[in-house]
Amino acid sequence: MTNKYSVEEIIKRSGANPLKCMKCGKCSATCPAYDEMEYHPHQFVSMIADGDIEALVKSDSIYRCLSCFACVERCPRGVEPAKLIEALKLEVIRKKGQNYLTPNDIPNMLNEDLPQQAIVSAFRKYTK
Amino acid sequence: MQRIGVFVCWCGSNIAGTVDVKAVAEALKFEPGVVHSTDYQYMCSQAGQNLIKDAIKEHNLTGIVVCSCSPRMHEATFRKTAQSAGINPYMVEIANIREQCSWVHKDMAIGTEKAIILGKAAVAKVNLNAPLTPGESPVTKRALVIGGGIAGIQTALDIADAGFEVDIVEKKPTIGGKMAQLDKTFPTLDCAACILTPKMVDVAQHEKIRIFSYSEVESVKGFVGNFNVTIKKHARYVKEDLCTGCGACVEKCPQKKVANEFNLNMDNRHAIYIPFAQAVPKVATIDPSACTMLKTGKCGVCSKICAAGAIDYTQKDEYIEEKYGAIVVATGFNPISLEKFDEYAYSQSKDVITSLEFERLTNAAGPTAGKLLRPSDGKHPHKIVFVQCVGSRCSAGAEKGKEYCSKICCMYTAKHAMLVRDKYPDTEVYVFYIDVRTPGKNFDEFYRRAVEEYGVHYIKGMVGKVTPEGEVLKVQGSDLINNKQINIDADLVVLAAAIEPDKSARPLATKLTASMDTNDFFTEAHPKLRPVESPTAGVFLSGACQGPKDIPETVSQAGAAAAKVIGLLAKDKLLGNPCVARSNELLCNGCSNCEKVCPYGAITYIDKDFRMPDRTTRTRRIAQVNPAVCQGCGACTVTCPSGAMDLNGFTNGQIMAEVDAICK
Amino acid sequence: MKMSYFPGCTLKNKATDLDVYARLSAEALDIMLEEIENWQCCGGMFTSSNDEVATKLSSVRVLNSAFKKGQDLVTVCSACHNVVKQTNNAMQTDSEFASKVNNYMGEDKYEGQTKIYHYLEMLRDVVGFEKIKEKVVNPLKGKKIGAYYGCLLLRPSKVMAMDNPENPTILEDFIRAIGAEPVIYAQRNECCGGYVTLESPNSAKKQSNRVLENAKANGAELIITACPLCLYNLKKSGANIPVVYFTELLAEALGLKEQTND
Repeated sequence: MTNKYSVEEIIKRSGANPLKCMKCGKCSATCPAYDEMEYHPHQFVSMIADGDIEALVKSDSIYRCLSCFACVERCPRGVEPAKLIEALKLEVIRKKGQNYLTPNDIPNMLNEDLPQQAIVSAFRKYTK
Repeated sequence: MQRIGVFVCWCGSNIAGTVDVKAVAEALKFEPGVVHSTDYQYMCSQAGQNLIKDAIKEHNLTGIVVCSCSPRMHEATFRKTAQSAGINPYMVEIANIREQCSWVHKDMAIGTEKAIILGKAAVAKVNLNAPLTPGESPVTKRALVIGGGIAGIQTALDIADAGFEVDIVEKKPTIGGKMAQLDKTFPTLDCAACILTPKMVDVAQHEKIRIFSYSEVESVKGFVGNFNVTIKKHARYVKEDLCTGCGACVEKCPQKKVANEFNLNMDNRHAIYIPFAQAVPKVATIDPSACTMLKTGKCGVCSKICAAGAIDYTQKDEYIEEKYGAIVVATGFNPISLEKFDEYAYSQSKDVITSLEFERLTNAAGPTAGKLLRPSDGKHPHKIVFVQCVGSRCSAGAEKGKEYCSKICCMYTAKHAMLVRDKYPDTEVYVFYIDVRTPGKNFDEFYRRAVEEYGVHYIKGMVGKVTPEGEVLKVQGSDLINNKQINIDADLVVLAAAIEPDKSARPLATKLTASMDTNDFFTEAHPKLRPVESPTAGVFLSGACQGPKDIPETVSQAGAAAAKVIGLLAKDKLLGNPCVARSNELLCNGCSNCEKVCPYGAITYIDKDFRMPDRTTRTRRIAQVNPAVCQGCGACTVTCPSGAMDLNGFTNGQIMAEVDAICK
Repeated sequence: MKMSYFPGCTLKNKATDLDVYARLSAEALDIMLEEIENWQCCGGMFTSSNDEVATKLSSVRVLNSAFKKGQDLVTVCSACHNVVKQTNNAMQTDSEFASKVNNYMGEDKYEGQTKIYHYLEMLRDVVGFEKIKEKVVNPLKGKKIGAYYGCLLLRPSKVMAMDNPENPTILEDFIRAIGAEPVIYAQRNECCGGYVTLESPNSAKKQSNRVLENAKANGAELIITACPLCLYNLKKSGANIPVVYFTELLAEALGLKEQTND
């Protein structure tokens, strides 16, 4: 499993710098999806900085981020945790057969009021 | 021809690590005028200095080149060395092969080559150096202290106790500053007023101290020992010498809905007011933006009631000019605006307050007479959340807040938490912290008492959002130790807002030509060795204007600044800087350009008679430099179109010789 | 004044109210919105990673269309606005990304020149809230309205640069301009649950409920939003409070709503 995922690539792609983190936990304090996550925003930052990403890529937590950018906005150090989570998730779904959402899943999710925007956004987030 | 000695310093491994010092000494041996060249481990040490002195005698040297650190560091040291061995101190040149060479290069060959070039330039200059003698200027034996908080008060008292006159300029109607607003002080929990107000009285009664309250520094001219300062005394519409501070006017003033800044706008004061009972000077002040009489000409109640006849609606701003030998800056700090941190809902709820507001809420002289009550409904809070580091320790990239640690918040929050638990044991207290920073005598012990004896809940983590809802403040935060997001329904949230220098500091620094850092804190002359002096001679720093400080530190620094001022004022004369401009009157064409560019007003023009070759006399207009006023900036020398103006110690010839040596 | 207009997918479908009232009101305020020809989807979400290029091309084409017409670009859906503005910022600040994008653009090179207005910014900065006040014929007097910003309008604030991200006022000022009373509540810039509603409706419900309960507790009788997905999530949350698009209230205040019902 070694080097299956490149941590340097993930950090470079994200445009964020996890070393700026001072471990205050404000990202996790502000995250609206905290309870849905096994690993929380501050853990993403810390584990990516340590290169310890095996557990993260296997966890559904990467799909729980709402991309609401509250953590990015409120981080006192400008770390931008959501960008790191995004970059990590791309690392996973770009691999063959790793799409989290497929067109076959959609019919069961539809209802009359659902805006197109929801489906487009979900595909953008979950699928390559 | 000079007989020059070259001394190359290793500075331990600071220089020798990236510069081959022996090769430098060897290479410089063959430069014109050099008769002796050597190296040594620590040239600034006593042994190193003796080595220079011995060489001067042995080789009959007339000039010295020391290849070492920045001249800011040790130029004065080596000049003294030379002088004690009988050489004029201005025959010494420093080649900076540390800051500008060894520290910035990694490669030994490149570093060595550059060090040799810098050494050659210095040798070329010394060949053209001439002995210089500094002029003398008298010292005005009076100090100006700008700011009347605890820093300014302590500095003024210490200077005055040594027998020198001191003036304090304070922009508020009273001295006392932030400390006058505090309740208790850490780590001993003695009341701030009890230890501050006696000092304020000492200031008022000291025969050597004058207080200019409600005043600001308008302009500063001159130089160390001889500053000319204009002080603007704002019209307070009350004659200070007549007002007895009885307060009758305040009681009767019909305009009583003015936000009271002393209580951080949590209650109201009158249009005529005395900020607090122990104010110094205890004199009323009329707020012109609120006074009906001053705004509409109708009222005049205070004037009728005042038995002393002190009210004067026609009073104007007054300008006072005074001479000072030294100036101490003690402009202090303020909490930052929380506008960009409204995730904590400071602007949305009255029950989200700053720590300074909390001080007023627990202060017996505050808006609630010391009872801790919620500003919104006057109820007693049963759950209080303190949030640390609000706006401190932010990265520049976050574009809000300050990069530095505000230093005082950990301790005052522990104090607040402890006081609440002591007075109201039915109240639960939570403190969200990133780190608890309590280095200081009895500080960590103090913080631990809050946890261990008073049961304050310290939670490692940050608050992400405060949502006011109904009567409660929903606090959402992280608990990093337990890896949980937690929600607390609080009654009161207290924010430890970062502190920043007072807004008056930046314009003041410009007036003083004193340097500041990017955060608008005044820069010290040396961070370790000259911490209370500004790099501008005669300007000293006291308290939080130089960096965040608590009271014990502020008082120590205030005393240190006073000691430096006393050292200066104790001198009758100051040796000036001989590196001043001089005009060659034969070349001067009288164009006045130099006079226009001189920032110090050191150049004047006179008419002078010259004997011409044909034995006639012609009167010509020529420039003259006052060496006591000239600061040697060189602006005139580069402006002079005829090359008549030159700078002692940095003549055009010397500088060109250096350039030639570098480019050779 | 003429401006380019990008409606986006949802405004042609589930969110026609947002679109129709936006156009009607703009016309009444002397702004001609010219719809971009042959526009494609904005992409729905902006992917923050800098090596993601293809998914951002459709937004660049929208921006370039406005640029070629020499017009400023107006969007009204919060999501479109966020994606298009962030894409434009990437074109301006990330030269590597911009050169990769331009490889796909053929002769039509683009460098981030277009100025983008959210419809609300257009109301504030181009029309002016004062002018709207003058044009209001049915002031919504006494109506207590909670503005819901969500996340996309404001964040990341460095790029969106619309308002104070933690204490915004643009929607509140809008509410005042149409004669109603804004209700300030802290949760107005928290997330509604977004696209997660697709996979886990209950989690979105929880987020939206938290927002609406806070709005109600502060006295709101009606919520306005600029985002179709926000509107959907807030409505599905089960909290008993009406949610409408802000453009609908604008049209109502300007006396244009009856027209459409005819």
